[in-house]
Amino acid sequence: MTQDFYGTGARGPQALIRLETVWKRFGSTDVLRGAHLSIYRGETIVIIGESGCGKSVLLKHIIALLRPDKGRVIFDHIEISSTDEADMAAVRRRFGMVFQTAALFDSMSVRENVAFGLYRHTNFPERRVDEIVAEKLRLVGLSGVEKKMPAELSGGMKKRVGIARAIALDPEVILYDEPTTGLDPIMADVINELILRVQQTQNTTSVVVTHDMKSAYKIGSRIAMLHQGKIIQVGTPEEIQNTSNPVVAQFIAGEARDRIEETV
Amino acid sequence: MNGLVQRLNDDVLSLFAAIGRFSRFTLAVVSGITIEPPRRRVILPLMIEIGVRSVAVVLATGAFVGMVLAVQIYSQLHKIGSETSAGPIINLSIVSELGPVLAAIILAGRVGGAMAAELGTMKVTEQIDALRTLGADPINYLATPRFFACLLLVPILTLYSDAIGVLGGYMMSVKYYGISDFFYWEQTRRYLARWDIFVGVAKSFFFGGAIGLICCYKGFQTEQGAEGVGRATTRAFVTSFITILVGNFFLSLFFNTLYSMMYMR
Repeated sequence: MTQDFYGTGARGPQALIRLETVWKRFGSTDVLRGAHLSIYRGETIVIIGESGCGKSVLLKHIIALLRPDKGRVIFDHIEISSTDEADMAAVRRRFGMVFQTAALFDSMSVRENVAFGLYRHTNFPERRVDEIVAEKLRLVGLSGVEKKMPAELSGGMKKRVGIARAIALDPEVILYDEPTTGLDPIMADVINELILRVQQTQNTTSVVVTHDMKSAYKIGSRIAMLHQGKIIQVGTPEEIQNTSNPVVAQFIAGEARDRIEETV
Repeated sequence: MNGLVQRLNDDVLSLFAAIGRFSRFTLAVVSGITIEPPRRRVILPLMIEIGVRSVAVVLATGAFVGMVLAVQIYSQLHKIGSETSAGPIINLSIVSELGPVLAAIILAGRVGGAMAAELGTMKVTEQIDALRTLGADPINYLATPRFFACLLLVPILTLYSDAIGVLGGYMMSVKYYGISDFFYWEQTRRYLARWDIFVGVAKSFFFGGAIGLICCYKGFQTEQGAEGVGRATTRAFVTSFITILVGNFFLSLFFNTLYSMMYMR
């Protein structure tokens, strides 16, 4: 593996997504402090880091839900960090995003949730929409729930519907924000398997934000650690497991050490 | 002293920034109708929620306002033996002032509060971000149909409220207190002009638009979880309430001046 400016494990010379010195401040707190990251086509990169360290903020920059105060985000030669919001709809068509809370639309049925992007971006007839919804729900192991409302679903089922909605338009990139948080270990593993299944069947590039190391090792082709607003190490799961960086080592071992007393 | 000046400066700047944000929001909401007219599947449930489900509360408000006006006005006029003047006083008050204002306040609480809470919840549960990822402009998709639904339905609901208020006033004045049916309506016909009805409806358009804009804006501004949703809902109602009262004063002044200019030359 070669060590480049953006990390290790580069699969080709051209990154599909590039975050260049991204800074983001909320109030008086700099959440991102010059984060660099390159993401390559076809890989599953897992971004790990402590709760509240800015992983979700970083992820939202990739799809321009947040814009950097400084720095650039480039997706397939398009500088999305400065692309007008009106023009972003076409770019976002190439992305799918699975939210931490699933973020299903409460007032819509499962079918309407999964079909939402199809109605926005295509003119498919109703029968075709129904077929795609059924196919995507089958892929996430939830056939036959089209008519249910989100309130009738369990946490795990909501995540699955969220994945089905994200893949409905066969996106090139899927972003997962804490996909296993709040789930029991078995359901968390089911979601991991689904992420792998989607990766294999849809041939997508995946970016997964998590602090669940079991999940990171299972699904990640590369792992990047975000700490104090910067990516401090990027590498294959093996490289991360054998890291010499004490911060990364402490995080993957899940040891409190001197962190019992926290300063805010 | 310097600190005070600095604080004042900051407050003025943040006030202008807030006005700027609200103006941009208003422009985006209103222009949304030309960019992408609301779809039937989006606007219809909203019309039912805002319009149909508000009819009962608006009718109850109108009826009791009409009746209590009759009670108060009759008791005063009875002292000077001018009960027959109750008709125009009650009906004019209902149609041009109390009907639009009270209906708008009730709707700001029922509809506006619900809209702010719904949009606020969507914001804190990332549903608004989800809309953006799926290619929908949240302002265009969520606020524009709500604004136009309020703009259209608040005047209609106000007319319902006016009608039932007039009926309530009539029932109390004529059927309960025994004022002459003929004089009640004859006096009303003489003093209540179409202009007064127009003023009431024009005001309710303004109130409907204000409720739609303010409550959607406050919903979109929601931060920090369930507590933030509660705060946004309260702010939405209070701001709408103040806007309705202040707006009513200036609109009354404006329409009276306009009337004088048009008919009193």
